Amino acid sequence: MGKFKLTRRKFLVAGALAGGGLAIGYGFKTDDPDNAALSASTSEGEIALNAWIKIDTKGIVTVAIPRSEMGQGIYTALAMLVAEELDADFETIRVEQAPIDDVYANVTVLQDALPFSDKFHDGEDTIGAAGMANVAGLLGVQATGGSTSVRDAWIPMRQAGATAKSMLVTAAARTWKVSPDECSVENGVISHSRTNKSGGFGEFVIKAASETVPLSNNLKNQDNYKLIGKPVYRLDIPEKVNGAAVFGIDITLPDMAYAAVKLCPVFGGKVASYEEKAVVELPGVLKVVAFETGVAVIADSFWRAKTAVENLPVIFESGEAVSTSSDQIIDLLTQSVGNDDARTYSEIGDATSALSSAPNKITATYTVPYLAHACLEPMNCTAKVTETGVEVWMPNQAPTLVKWFAEKIADVPAENIKVHTTLLGGGFGRRAEIDLVLMAVTIAKSLKNRPVKLVWTRENDIQHDMYRPAAVSQFHAALGADGKIEAWKNRIVSQSVSGSFTARLIPWATMDVPDNTTSEGAADIPYEFTNRLVDHVPVTLPIPVGFWRSVGHSYNGFFTESFMDEAAFAAKQDPIEFRLAHLRDNQDFTAVLQKAKEVSNWSSPLPAGKGRGVALHESFGSIVAQVAEVSVDDEKVVTIDKVYCVIDCGTVVNPDTVVAQMEGGIIFGLSAALFGEITIENGQVVNENFPDYDMIRLANAPEIETFLAPSGRRLGGVGEPGTPPIAPAVTNAIFAATGDRVRTLPLTKSGYSA
Amino acid sequence: MFEISVNGKTTTADVEPDTPLLWVLRDTLHLTGTKFGCGVSACGACTVHIDGDPVRSCSIAIEDVVGSDITTIEGLAENTLTAVQLAWIEEQVPQCGYCQSGMIMSVSAFLKENPNPTDDDIDASITNICRCGTYPRIRKAIHNAAKKQGGQ
Repeated sequence: MGKFKLTRRKFLVAGALAGGGLAIGYGFKTDDPDNAALSASTSEGEIALNAWIKIDTKGIVTVAIPRSEMGQGIYTALAMLVAEELDADFETIRVEQAPIDDVYANVTVLQDALPFSDKFHDGEDTIGAAGMANVAGLLGVQATGGSTSVRDAWIPMRQAGATAKSMLVTAAARTWKVSPDECSVENGVISHSRTNKSGGFGEFVIKAASETVPLSNNLKNQDNYKLIGKPVYRLDIPEKVNGAAVFGIDITLPDMAYAAVKLCPVFGGKVASYEEKAVVELPGVLKVVAFETGVAVIADSFWRAKTAVENLPVIFESGEAVSTSSDQIIDLLTQSVGNDDARTYSEIGDATSALSSAPNKITATYTVPYLAHACLEPMNCTAKVTETGVEVWMPNQAPTLVKWFAEKIADVPAENIKVHTTLLGGGFGRRAEIDLVLMAVTIAKSLKNRPVKLVWTRENDIQHDMYRPAAVSQFHAALGADGKIEAWKNRIVSQSVSGSFTARLIPWATMDVPDNTTSEGAADIPYEFTNRLVDHVPVTLPIPVGFWRSVGHSYNGFFTESFMDEAAFAAKQDPIEFRLAHLRDNQDFTAVLQKAKEVSNWSSPLPAGKGRGVALHESFGSIVAQVAEVSVDDEKVVTIDKVYCVIDCGTVVNPDTVVAQMEGGIIFGLSAALFGEITIENGQVVNENFPDYDMIRLANAPEIETFLAPSGRRLGGVGEPGTPPIAPAVTNAIFAATGDRVRTLPLTKSGYSA
Repeated sequence: MFEISVNGKTTTADVEPDTPLLWVLRDTLHLTGTKFGCGVSACGACTVHIDGDPVRSCSIAIEDVVGSDITTIEGLAENTLTAVQLAWIEEQVPQCGYCQSGMIMSVSAFLKENPNPTDDDIDASITNICRCGTYPRIRKAIHNAAKKQGGQ
């Protein structure tokens, strides 16, 4: 392991943690100065007042963003939190990617993802959750995922703004020889009205740096917000309309070389032999480098590297996965429903007994396939290895993991590792993985002192993803004489994402521990049943699975909300009224569902061939209801005419961003529901590129109308919660339109097209 | 050695004749605003203008564009932003932004041909992939840009 010093315990925790995504600040340090890492990046005339804020003598405020911008608008939302409490002029706000430092660790992600984190019980106030916060802080893992970024930054980044303001005001007051209490701040200007003095942040920042003030806990009441809750133009958009935005794949460095790879098509296979001499004479080729799972060609341009690697004869040893197919896997998952080794995630009353004696029972089994992330920016990582250090440029969701693994491969002192997180051309969980950094540093190590940019082709990406697992879910319900569900039994069968991810981080670790992601969105549904049993059968397979936007919710949302719809039909009740009846005192859910009913004009008649479907689902702390209106013609062509979406994410920071994330989450879920399916034969992925792994485009993208219904409940995330409800809303609408109940995704499997 | 005209400037590239224009733009000329998305002309992220027409640059060889005027996202606006770029900001279209160079290039060429498009026209002509799902805003921004340009 060389200089790789992480302990087994730390890695186990880190692996499990990364499950839901990592992102949020641990908060201010109490021991050493928290602005040390940021101070190292200040330019002339610029002062780091704390770990999040730099201000220059002209009054330009730079906010260090410790999370990755992958399209979710986090640069802007986190800058708003700081600017709100700083009372800065938002026009003077700039953002930059924060360095890697413990102060930026994401605690919320760990709280959500770790086994026994109490997530399904009482939320973040429990002893388990508080303990996890401490563990997360000690780990210091910086990561973006699990829709946690704003939740995690909500306190520390507002405190950063308020504390910096206090430093500036104290400095101004000392200069003016007045009391700080008599000073006010508005739009980046500090004023003392009695003496008619005023000045900008830039005038006082140098003095402010030497002021010692207590950490400010005096945060604004929401009635006093000037920015939070108001639509703000995103800071990253101007450079995204003129080609100036720099994604990882755009990194250009002096003397840079390019690498392309040929990877073993069968999961778990290895390189047996290759004929280097077949390509070394090709134009621009610099080097051929073999590693365990493939061979790279380094050349002076990507096209030359790719051309050469395609011409490189490689023989692979396939390994045991070669006999695996996705059809067999679905059969295995279906058979495993009957296993007796299920792990219980939610148990109320005695569902088994209640079902055995119930006269009116329904049952159904649902299936979903493997899915790829297909970020539009193909996977890439640039690395430069020297004798003493390594520098990495990478669009990634977990810079701390990138740093750890660059250290491991390059075998250099930890202090000589530098990681640059660029803009991400999509993330969706794929970029929390470490495969690209392992590969890029391994390749760059063979060409020391030159930066090497590794770029995967789309085919590499589709065939070597860490997939959303295939899953099967079986339900049994007993309907009582009152038309309500008396007993609900739900068994899910799938691989464990957290287990698969952890095994990639620590290959020698074997873990069979609870994984909340397997049953999230099933074990924690809001409906009240007298008897409820939700369990999960873990299955181990040689297909790598990973965190795919909304993770377990992506399939459990479809399963549970489809079966609720089937139960409503069996009970001869309206789908919304049936759900409302099972929400009882659950006011937050009731309010969202009622709003969806109202805005979608739910009770109005639709012509023949059209139908409306509803789904209600909570994930990552936010409640979302969606109503889909669909048309189905005689040829089974489905048109999604309109989607109504209502979200309660507690408090809204940038309303337009919340709307954008609902739109994006819905379309992401629709691509999966309509077309998404990774097919495996002989242990390898059959799909290659977009023509056989299709996406929604303008022509089949629905009109979407989003309504924000923030109740003031605990802050929720927005990056993922838009995705889970759309598949069941659509299949429930197809049922309403046609009477055909779709229990298998994608819809193309049932003969539908879009 | 090929001589090509990109964004009004003549430049040379010492590459194989079948090298796709995309990789000459990105790796030789370091014009990285044009994106690689699929390499098979399926996603449109690499769209540039060749003599004013939208072309997916991953699938056209350098030898076939000699003598043509090539415009990339970097050369779309002269000094101020175009109506399409302004509409993209007003409608707050981009999320990750990776597809948007190609979208903007496709839409800019499309609106020259059809200054007042219907939704069906848009559906038929703009087939680029946006994995973030910004389509509802793209549609709004196209109509907004058409209006700015005086088409609607």
